[in-house]
Amino acid sequence: MTSALALYTAIPLVCLAGSLIAGFFGRILGTVWTHRIVILGIAIAFALSAVYALPRTMAGHDLDATVYLWGRAGGLPLTVGFLIDPLTALMMVVVTFVSLMVHIYTIGYMRGDPGYQRFFSYIALFTFAMLMLVMANNFLQLFFGWEGVGLVSYLLIGFWYTRESAIFASLKAFLVNRLGDFGFILGIAAIYTVFHSLDYATVFAHVDAARHARLAIIGGTSWHMLTVICILLFIGAMGKSAQMPLHVWLPDSMEGPTPISALIHAATMVTAGIFMVARMSPLFEQSPVARSVVLVVGASTAFFMALLGMVQTDIKRVIAYSTLSQLGYMTVALGASAYAAAIFHLVTHAFFKALLFLAAGSVIIALHHEQDLRKMGGLRRYMPITFAATWVGSLALAGIPPFAGFFSKDAIIDAVSYSTLPGAEYAFAAVLAGVFVTAFYTFRMLFLAFYGEPRMDAHTRHNLHESPWVVTLPLVLLAIPSVLAGMVLIRPLLFGHFFRGALYVRAADNPLTRMASHYHGVLAFIGTAFVSAPLYLALAGIATAWYLYIYRPELPARITHHLHGFYTVLRAGYGFDAVYLDGIAASARAAGRFLWRVGDVQLIDGAIVNGTARLVGRIAAWGRRLQSGYIYHYAFAIILGLFVLMTFFLHRG
Amino acid sequence: MDVYRHIALSIAIWLPIVFGVAILLGGRRYPGLVRPLAAVGALATFLVTVPLWGLFHNDSFAMQFQESVPWIPAFHINYALGIDGISLPLVLLTSLIGVIVVMAAGPAVKDRVPEYFAAFLIMEGLMIGVFSSLDAMLFYVFWEAMLIPMFLIIGIWGGPNRVYATIKFFLYTFLGSVLMLVALLYLYFRAGETFNIISFYHLPLGETPQILIFLAFLIAFAVKIPMWPVHTWLPDAHVEAPTGGSVVLAAIMLKMGAYGFVRFSLPIVPLASHVLAGLMITLSLIAVVYIGLVALMQDDMKKLIAYSSIAHMGFVTLGIFLFNRIAMEGALVQMISHGFVSAALFLCVGVLYDRLHSRAIHDYGGVANRMPIFAAFMMLFAMANSGLPGTSGFVGEFLVILGAFKVNFWYAVLVATSLISGAAYTLWMYKRVIFGPVTKPSVAGLSDVTGRELSFLAVLGVAVLALGLWPAPLLHVMTASVHHLLWRPGVRLAGVTP
Repeated sequence: MTSALALYTAIPLVCLAGSLIAGFFGRILGTVWTHRIVILGIAIAFALSAVYALPRTMAGHDLDATVYLWGRAGGLPLTVGFLIDPLTALMMVVVTFVSLMVHIYTIGYMRGDPGYQRFFSYIALFTFAMLMLVMANNFLQLFFGWEGVGLVSYLLIGFWYTRESAIFASLKAFLVNRLGDFGFILGIAAIYTVFHSLDYATVFAHVDAARHARLAIIGGTSWHMLTVICILLFIGAMGKSAQMPLHVWLPDSMEGPTPISALIHAATMVTAGIFMVARMSPLFEQSPVARSVVLVVGASTAFFMALLGMVQTDIKRVIAYSTLSQLGYMTVALGASAYAAAIFHLVTHAFFKALLFLAAGSVIIALHHEQDLRKMGGLRRYMPITFAATWVGSLALAGIPPFAGFFSKDAIIDAVSYSTLPGAEYAFAAVLAGVFVTAFYTFRMLFLAFYGEPRMDAHTRHNLHESPWVVTLPLVLLAIPSVLAGMVLIRPLLFGHFFRGALYVRAADNPLTRMASHYHGVLAFIGTAFVSAPLYLALAGIATAWYLYIYRPELPARITHHLHGFYTVLRAGYGFDAVYLDGIAASARAAGRFLWRVGDVQLIDGAIVNGTARLVGRIAAWGRRLQSGYIYHYAFAIILGLFVLMTFFLHRG
Repeated sequence: MDVYRHIALSIAIWLPIVFGVAILLGGRRYPGLVRPLAAVGALATFLVTVPLWGLFHNDSFAMQFQESVPWIPAFHINYALGIDGISLPLVLLTSLIGVIVVMAAGPAVKDRVPEYFAAFLIMEGLMIGVFSSLDAMLFYVFWEAMLIPMFLIIGIWGGPNRVYATIKFFLYTFLGSVLMLVALLYLYFRAGETFNIISFYHLPLGETPQILIFLAFLIAFAVKIPMWPVHTWLPDAHVEAPTGGSVVLAAIMLKMGAYGFVRFSLPIVPLASHVLAGLMITLSLIAVVYIGLVALMQDDMKKLIAYSSIAHMGFVTLGIFLFNRIAMEGALVQMISHGFVSAALFLCVGVLYDRLHSRAIHDYGGVANRMPIFAAFMMLFAMANSGLPGTSGFVGEFLVILGAFKVNFWYAVLVATSLISGAAYTLWMYKRVIFGPVTKPSVAGLSDVTGRELSFLAVLGVAVLALGLWPAPLLHVMTASVHHLLWRPGVRLAGVTP
């Protein structure tokens, strides 16, 4: 093992070590030593990622190496190994940084919880699994990390396991993700069938040769194998990155403690699907059909989930629907072949969304675990740091220059306008309209929580105060990149050579090269925004929110009343949950009950097994004169049968 | 070491039987010695089998550790033993589970204690005999004899409906194996009056006899696995069996049917195996899909795990009849993994049953509040049962899915539905039993695992994780044998090139 590989291996392992120590010895160590040890591990992982992995890959030293041979099956070597290139290094920095912030924040948020050590064990395990996912150099390990983060997500959504709503949400999240993983594992199997390898490098090197491979699916129809592979892999991404119609688990995942909503269900795990598709860009570039699917699914998610954000009353659910919508934006970018823009938005979103969630968490602790926006209001006087942090996060999310989200979102909208795939017009309209809706729901939340008259009860109001430093420090540290990341990163990520070969785009339809020709620096980019639609849509959204929730706060109730039907549809989330619960889950249970009661009990056991027994009984009753006693009848039948069959066989030869 | 090579298998078979008989004879007089003696017997057997792994030549498909002495010379029946890379892991699994069941027989076993341990030890020896016989008649004797202790275990230490379950089990399995005996006799005459299994491999058989022999074997093996639609004895047997009986039944006995296909059907009647592969694949896929749905609706935890076993064994039979190496190796890994996981889940139910005397899911809820360590272990095993990567349950399923896609897209789609159904029935059960608030006074009185329970759960937990994180050693052991099975000179079973 080279020293580089050893150092890279150490990065996930320190997280795993922290998790195991917290899990097995947490009780002995006590709360303080548990979080000290776990945070030390995460800090080491962050430091190694930021000062070793990132500079090293930026200097052009990629690494693609095997850690160990997991197994060799059917001649196929299956390994655990790392591919550290700029894409991976960037993800490692983002994951470990947000994770570190969330770990520190957890000290404040989970103080006094009986599961304190267990919580630290889980989030450190999550960081380990997420790192294994982004560092993988093959599909097997990718799937390991993929399901590993899913496991921890399940454990953390159901962290408060005595709450019925939490354990329901955790099971739902796991099963919906499994629906996606079902596609994902078939995609991996398809890759094995076509390429006889699961290593990224081998697969990508042979993409050209596989271009003409086809797969017969039903009757005479056959599909391009690469399209099948891409769509199957994307189904996995739809589960993990919560794209319609597999998005239903993410709003419910808010049942988990807020730190994990920030880390897992906003900043990192849910972006695994985006990362995976970007990683697979050499495959997706071969299939316009698959990219068209990606584009349409992403655009639908971006717009329709944003609409749902407007009617939520739970502060965390507003941000959750916002996350869904923003993941849709990233997905649209993938479909438009602007992989770099998707990753750019992934990075800025990780900062400002983690910031918004942690700020919301700060509000929630201050209000003694009250999450209902209708019981907030006027908090700006009591919680200045949280208030400022929410402003920064909201401006970034709404896409106001020069905050981080502005650059990445504008880049995506720009890129879609260049796309010529079927569905591109729809996608463009959706992401553009989404800008208005995003700004509206974001500032609706901000105004409802921090402005107007306080609506909480008097006792809570008297005890309101800013959260402790372990909570506010991460807010400040996340606010900085939420402001700066866009300006700093736009040039290297979108128009520079940061990613080099990590993201592959066919030259002919590379939207970023076209955009690069118009790019004349950060200030010019901001200047252009003032003469294009998105910025004005965002400002209009903010203005509308201001008008409805500060200037004329009595209006929303009247609008809701007049648009009752539309409002009901939005509150019901378009009925997806009903379809899953009353449609799919109920029919699976009904089918199970039918197959059991009718298939097993009545047909197989009733008619055949016991029926045979009855038949034997009847024959036996008839033959009672010859023999007596039950077991002898069976023995007689057996010997007779044996004799007949033997005779038959021997004569047939 | 040379001596060991020639007696190891015999010791592994007879040592537990000798201990079992000794306990049977002396247990009444020295009741205090029964448990220590049983523990020593099981542990010694396990230790005897461990060096088999180290001394095994991984690169050879040949039978190793062979022994052969004439047994009934008049009919050329030999006491012939030997193992290859397919049977070695099963022998080790058996001896490990032997230790586990002895550890698992806690204070809950109160009646006829000497007979209980004797039955398990004798059964262990007989099962190792099944996996290491190279003479078909010897195999048949072990195969039938091992059922007797199992009948007794269910019939004596079983639940209230044990008589029905025992008779059902007996009829199914006994009727099944009678036809196998017919087929073996036919082969005996065709091979020139020998029961040597390896010599059966070289018989030039026509298509019709091949198909008839295949069907005769099929009934015997399909019942044992069990395959749909001859599976209905298994849930009943599990429900009535005591915990140890369920563990052995699920972990070892179900594997014998699959072992039979690999040891007998495929190599002896390759043509028929090919011709009837479609049937086998169909039945396997039905097992995965149909049983996956049925398992969802079970309220009895043991029934649920029993149905889950049938679905998981569907992966095994599918992997065997896809005729490619990756699927076959997946099937064999799945057999070992299922041995660990199903044993562990039945033990978990046993831990709960010993405390509350109920297997009904609705009698529990919120167990995690009272038994956090137990909840953590059961989570691990539930996840393994759902095929989570990093646990043994993933390895076999993953390889079978890879192999299935290679053969047919739809096979892969159908078998991969277990990713969803397996997680659904396992985790839904887990949620209802372990999570939630404590609402029942009986659950409020639960105490966490004892040291004894912790030790056997930990052993299986380590096994599940080790196999999940590093299956390479297990895969390596079987590679040569699987390759030989599919590409034996002159008989090309596999449809695709290696």
